[in-house]
This record gives sequence, structure tokens and C-alpha cells, in this order.
Amino acid sequence: MLSIEDLKVHFEIGKRGRDRKVLKAVDGVTLTLKKGEAYGLVGESGSGKSTIGKAALHLVPITGGRLVIDHEDLTRIDQRSEKKLRRKAQMVFQDPHSALNPRMTILRSVSEPLVLHTPLRGAALQARVAELLETVGLSSQFLYRYPHELSGGQKQRVCIARAIALNPDLLVLDEPTSALDVSVQSQILEFLKALQAELGLTYLFISHNLAVVRYLCRRVAVMYLGVIVEEGETEAVFNNPRHPYTQALLKAVPYPQAVQPDKGPPLGGDIPSPVDLPPGCRFQTRCPARVEGLCDKVAPPEIQDAGGLVRCHLFAEAGRASG
Amino acid sequence: MAESIRSDTAALPGFAERHAGTIRMARLYVRTFARNGSAMLGLAVVVLFLVTAAIGPWIVPFPEDATGAIHLDQKLQPPDATHWFGTDEVGNDVFTRVVLGTRVTLQIACIVTGVAMLIGVPLGMIAGFVGGRVQEVIMRITDVFLSVPGLILAIAIVGALGPGIVNAMLALSLVWWPGYVRLVQAKTLSLKNEIYVQAARSMGASKLRIVFVHILPNCTSPIIVKASMDMGMAILGAASLGFLGLGAQPPFPEWGAMISIARTYLPDWWWYSFFPGVAISITVLGFNLLGDGLRDILDPKHRE
Amino acid sequence: MNGPPMNSVDPLLSVRDFRLEFDTFDGVYQAIDGVSFDVAPGESIGIVGETGCGKSVTARSIMGLLPSPPARVRGGQILFDGEDMLTVGEERLRQIRGNDIAMIFQDPMTYLNPVFTIGTQLVDVILAQQRAKPRAERMTRRDARDHAVEMLRKVNLPNPERQLENYPYQLSGGMRQRVLIAMALSGRPKLLIADEPTTALDVTIQAQILDLIDELRADFGLSVVMITHDLGVVASVCDRVVVMYAGQIVEDASVARLFDHPAHPYTRGLLASVPHPGRPATSLSGIPGSLPNLLDPPSGCRFHGRCALAGDDCLQPPPNTVLAERHKVACWRAMEGAGAVD
Repeated sequence: MLSIEDLKVHFEIGKRGRDRKVLKAVDGVTLTLKKGEAYGLVGESGSGKSTIGKAALHLVPITGGRLVIDHEDLTRIDQRSEKKLRRKAQMVFQDPHSALNPRMTILRSVSEPLVLHTPLRGAALQARVAELLETVGLSSQFLYRYPHELSGGQKQRVCIARAIALNPDLLVLDEPTSALDVSVQSQILEFLKALQAELGLTYLFISHNLAVVRYLCRRVAVMYLGVIVEEGETEAVFNNPRHPYTQALLKAVPYPQAVQPDKGPPLGGDIPSPVDLPPGCRFQTRCPARVEGLCDKVAPPEIQDAGGLVRCHLFAEAGRASG
Repeated sequence: MAESIRSDTAALPGFAERHAGTIRMARLYVRTFARNGSAMLGLAVVVLFLVTAAIGPWIVPFPEDATGAIHLDQKLQPPDATHWFGTDEVGNDVFTRVVLGTRVTLQIACIVTGVAMLIGVPLGMIAGFVGGRVQEVIMRITDVFLSVPGLILAIAIVGALGPGIVNAMLALSLVWWPGYVRLVQAKTLSLKNEIYVQAARSMGASKLRIVFVHILPNCTSPIIVKASMDMGMAILGAASLGFLGLGAQPPFPEWGAMISIARTYLPDWWWYSFFPGVAISITVLGFNLLGDGLRDILDPKHRE
Repeated sequence: MNGPPMNSVDPLLSVRDFRLEFDTFDGVYQAIDGVSFDVAPGESIGIVGETGCGKSVTARSIMGLLPSPPARVRGGQILFDGEDMLTVGEERLRQIRGNDIAMIFQDPMTYLNPVFTIGTQLVDVILAQQRAKPRAERMTRRDARDHAVEMLRKVNLPNPERQLENYPYQLSGGMRQRVLIAMALSGRPKLLIADEPTTALDVTIQAQILDLIDELRADFGLSVVMITHDLGVVASVCDRVVVMYAGQIVEDASVARLFDHPAHPYTRGLLASVPHPGRPATSLSGIPGSLPNLLDPPSGCRFHGRCALAGDDCLQPPPNTVLAERHKVACWRAMEGAGAVD
């Protein structure tokens, strides 16, 4: 469905001249989503997970690599291919409170993609919007309301209705439940799961919340500073994390249960700035398994095996043996 | 085609239902505004001003006094029952001239603010939305205008064009627009990064649509607030030009020009300058209070 | 929740039948309605609940930080070390705030002044605390600076001397939160109120900060009131949990009791709403419906509109039932279905 090859998104920041620096938000990411699957992208701030979602929709310029959606190369788009892209892929944003224009009624907000891409107008348009609202579990009494009259969960449902208005195949969900309360989050997650089954949607689910990803996604990629460090079936990654970063990440999440498993000391240090990346492995500044003279000099190889993908020197031997 | 439109409207619910959200919002605005004493005072003053401007010629006792009539036998009479505000040096009724002056003042205020908005809002929007070199050029020109005191620049322009009410309005409009460029450019810059604008882009909305549907409507509140404040300031500016002899020329009933002549009759014939002065102060105050009140209801950051 | 205090040790903080409302355009918003709980010396309690449940308002009330109007106290007491925070007056409140109770917030950047260095701000806070002391015991500016370095070292900030010269923007989010904690603890307070201290942080940084709070609690003999919506956070750093819903406390239990034997239907719903990061999940049951409008709160149990067990008796205020030592619940159905989840 969606295939990204060696995607690079670099931003130039600072004034022209000597202060100019390059922020490598995404630096060589390859991933493939099968039709109808929910694919999770996890990582902390600065990992570039959101940028990948935006790049897939051409909301940020792509510096390098290839973007293919539904067998169509959309790395470079013109007006015609942009139309196609918009009908195939849509996005749901993190904060529903600011994702709806405060001056537009729900009817107008949800109508927008239909007005832009279909000939529907008037009563037919309104009927379609009412139908979409029903799909997301809202009655048509919301049509003429303004966003500020809705709760967070209701707004997020409206955003989802807007995103599925054109029957896209791919939905990029960028932290769709982070701004919501837990009881509302569970409603939205359940709904997203049902919606996917009903419409056969492909999800690219971006989140920092590991529990949510584990719940919703079949496969998962863990990102750190613009690269994927580990990828695989969700259950395999969660039960048997291989990359030291994945291990640390999973250990860092407190469990909602009376007794916490023994987790050892938390991972120290801060995430380095993506403007000033460390040499060698990007995780070496914080890695408990760091090998002096190797990890800080040589970029780790990408090892693909039956368990998935891991990018770490620790697995280089195993990789060579099997590859 | 006509038929399809009819069938469309037939299927849509009634007006009240379709605009229920808008009506609720308007009601909230009205309630918030009505609770604000000074804003209501401002509104009352502005309404009084508008009504006076509208019906002025029919309520004044001596309509001919505005067009240069001379009654030297009644010159410089103090206020009494016939001449509520007294008379001036050629025997014209000051009350008549002050009342008729509202219409001129209103014209000046509307035209100056309107022209300034027409120039400033599009420029600001272009600067903020397009960015890059276009923004640099527009904003630097704006800075140049802002760096010269407005009134001085207006005086210079009128000086070059020659005194007169039309030239005064033109000059004021030309110095007024940079404020709007600044305001709209800043607002556009921040709105451009709003998530709903990104969402619109992700749906494939064109740049024009984004500007007119998503950015402009969200800029209106600060523009309205600034415009209502500027009405007062424009009145003051026009009166200043009139006072300096560069705006409306006597016997045209313009408040600033009246005071300009009247000040030579101070302090003995105080009423001659006092009443036009009071009219200016109250009107300017009214517009400012109204602007403050509007900001309170339109800018959610100031609410609660 | 009313009722006798749970343990006989004199509590450090005792909130008793506290009621607070806000004046709004649309009427009176009954934010807090009869909240009672105790915090023993050295104890760490968590207040959990969703947006609008009143957990942050409660925390701010303890600190006396709510602007009035629109906030209005309708009754109750907030006793800190025997003094009623609601009546001590602004002057005494300021002394208590600087020295005995400290607070840290969700977004440290908002509480750090961007134009002053970390050192300046930390030293200022320390010097301000000196005002409550007799003249002879006060620190000089030099002492305060040394103390600042020591505090930064205590919160495990690398190179504390150098950090003093840094401006807030030069620090990462986690480091800023450490600075804020250093500021809060510099006066050796007895009580630390932490309002969502890790919500804005990344998971690995959150783990560091939670670890630090735990460590400092032992070091300083602190009591901690942790306000959070994250049940995992509560489970990992608190001894006891107070669950709030719509301005009332619905359940008050030790962490072990709460997670293993949740009694209130809301608590159970909340626990069933969060996917567990350590287990594969099948489905989330969640809680149907949405929060009641506190301008016109439902009578009786405020949860009855969303509760699967609700009956006619739930229209009456629920009784406080003591289920076990350190476990109280405000529910008519507390005994039914109480037990372990899953």
C-alpha cells in the first residue's frame, strides 16, 4: 500500500551563511505497509516519526528517497498526481482542538475534502456529511455546531470523519489520542479498530505511547533520531526487544499495576539534537551496551532476519551468519 | 439548474436550525458585551454619533449656517435657549455646525480606515503567506512608513497636494495602512502554522482557498478591533489637519477647522471652541471604548 | 469523601470536606464538592482523574494559588501542620509556600523566566526563603549560590556550576524539570505537590524524573502529592491513590488495593480503559458517555449516568464504605463486583 524507500527529510535552519545548519529529521528510512494493516511508528520527540507521516502526504518537502503509494510513485508530485494522492491518503492530527477551523461549522469542516474533490453540493453534500458523522458515531445534530461546542473526543471523531470522507486507502494517524483523556482514548481506539475492519483501511499509526501501539498495531518500527533502529511484528518486538534502545524504552514505561517489575536504573542522558548528530551509532551516547571504538565510529549495519530488522553492532555477527 | 437549487433548499433544514451554532455564538458575544459597562457606554456614544450623522440636517435649527450664512448681528452670543452652544464670529449657530460636523467626521473616519484596510490587509496577507523576498520587500516598506510619525507624514503629503478635505483624507489613508500590514502579517504567520491549515493542505486545498477560507476569517477579529480604534484616531487626525488649516476649509463645518478659528476667541468666547472640542473627545473616546469592548469579546485570550 | 482519617498518625496535610466553585458566564461551576483526604508525613499519594475532575484545582487550592474571583471556597478546611491554609492570610501563606510546601508543574518552561540564568533564578528563590527566618540564620548571597549548586547536584544535573550560567532555553525539557525540582526543594519543604510533572516529557526522561522524585523523597523525608492522569505513573511512585471524578473523591486506596481490588465502577472503568504496555491486549472496555456538566451536576452519585450498575438508590449521595484498612470507596454498589480486574 505504502512504500517508503530510503526516505530523507532534511530541513535547513538558521540564517543563510555560516549559521546555516541541516536538521536531519528523517535520514534514510525504509518501510513498507501492506494493504489493510496497522503499522505503528514509535519513538520519542526528535525521532522523526511525525515527519515521516507528513512526508507521506507531502506536507513537508522530501529531500531524498522514494515514496510509493498504491503502486504509484509520488515522490515528486504535480497538480494531477497531487489530486490522486489526496484521494488515496489522508491524515488525522494529534490535537483535535486545533485541527478544526474555529470559524467553520462541523458541516463545513467535514465538507471541505468533498467540495475540493467531488461534485457533491447542497443537499447531497449534506447527506454525505451526515452519513460520515454517523459512521464515526455522531448524530446529525452536530452538523451546525462549532468546534468549541464539542468535547475533545467528539472533535477527534469529526476529524476522522473528515479524513475518511474521500474513502482513502491509507490513513496517517499522528498521535490521534495523545490529547485525549484515557476513557475517551479507549473509545477512539476501539472505534479506530472497528473502522479499519469495516473499511479495510491501512493505518500508519504514529505514537509515543507504546501501550496504544501494542494494542492497535500488527507491526511496529521503533525510531531514534531519524532512523529506524528496530522493526518487526509488534508482539515479537515487545516480548523480545533486541535493540538496546527498544529495551530501554520498554523498561521506561511504568505499568498500571500494583507491583512494578524490576526494571533496573533508567536510561540516562538526553536525546541529542538532530542538528548535531553523534558519529557512528546515533544511540551510542546513551547506550548501556556501547562498545568503545566501534559504536562511536562506525554506523551500525542494518540486520534483517526472521525476527525483523535491527540496526545495531551487537547483532552484526548473527546477521552475517544468517545473511 | 433552477429546479435543482429549489430542491436543494427544500431538503435543508430551516434557517434557525442551520445557523443554531452561529446564533448561540452571537448570543454569547452579546451577553459578554452587555456585561461590560464601558463597552456599552462606547457603543451608546457611537450609536448616538451615527444617528446624529444620519438625521443631522433635519434636526438642526439653522441648517443654512453650515454653508456660509452670515448673521453678524448675532455674532459670539453665549449659549442660550435659541443657540444651545452659542454662536460664532459670523453669527452661525455652533450647535448646528457641531451636529452637521458629525457627518463629515464620519465620512473621514470611514474612508480613512476603509482605504487603510484595503491597502494594508491584502499586503499583510501576501507578506505573511508568501514569505521570502516578497515579505521582506513589503515589510521593509511598511517599516519606512512606520518610522515617520503619521501626522507629520500626512502634513507633508497634504502640503504637497494642497489643503482640502479630500487631500486630507487621502493623506491620512496613506499613513494609516502600515499598521494593518503589521497586524495581518503577524496573524497570518501564526495562522499558517495552525493545524487546521495543515489539515486543509493535506486535503488538497489550493493556496487561494486556504487564504480566503481558513486564514482571512480568523483574522477578522483583530482587524475589526483595530478598525474601531482607528476610527477614533482617524477622527483625531482629521481634526488635527483641520486645526492646522490643512484639512476642511471654512466655512465647511469640520470640528478641527472650527477649533482652529475658535482658539483666537479664547478664553472670553469659550463656547465656540469648547463644544467642537467636546464633540471630538467624546466621539474618539466612544470609538476607543467600543474597540476595547470588542476586543474583550472577540479575542478569547482576554475572555475569562 | 467524608469520614474519619485513616491512620492515627497526625497527618501532615489534611483536606476536610473541601468545597470550591467558580463563577462563570453560564452560572456556578461546582468544581470541588466535599473532598477529604490526608497525607501522612513521608507518604506519597497520587490524585488521578480525567480532565475537569478537579485534581489540579485541589492542588492549587492547597497552595492558595487560585485567583478569587472567579474561584470561591464554599466550605471545608485545608490543614497543613495544623494551620488552615484557607484562613492563614496571604503573608503567612507566602512563607509556607516558599518553605514548607513546594510545587512543580507540567511545563517547566512556563515557570522559568527566559531572560534570567538558572543561577540567578535559583539564588533568588533561595534568598526569598530566607525572609521567613530570623536575621541571624539567613544565608548570604554567596551561601545561597553554594546551596544552589548543591541542589543542582542533588537533582543529578551534570556540571552544576556551569549550569548556573545557562539560560532556560539552553536546557532540555528534562533538565528544566530537574531545575524546577531543585528550586522547589531548596527550602527543604515537607510537602511537594507535583502537577503532571512528566506529562510533557519523553518516556525515557519521565523514567529519570520519577526515579529522581522517589530518591529525593527518601532523602528529604518528603510527602508527595502527585497529580496525574497516568495510572502507570501513580503505580510506580505512590503509596496511596485518590481517584477523583467530577469534583468528588470516589475511591481512596493503597496502590496495591487499588490496582488489585478496585471497588468503584469508575475506577474499574478507568483501569479497563488503558491498554497495558506489558501485555497483549484483546479489547478495551472503557467508559461510555462523557463527563457530567458541573454547572448542573447530577444528584446523588455523580457517576450514575455512565455507570452500568446504577439503580434508583444512586440518585442519593453514596455512602462512604471502608472496605479494608487503607481502602475507602464512595459507592452504593461497592460490595458488588468488587474484586480483581481481569
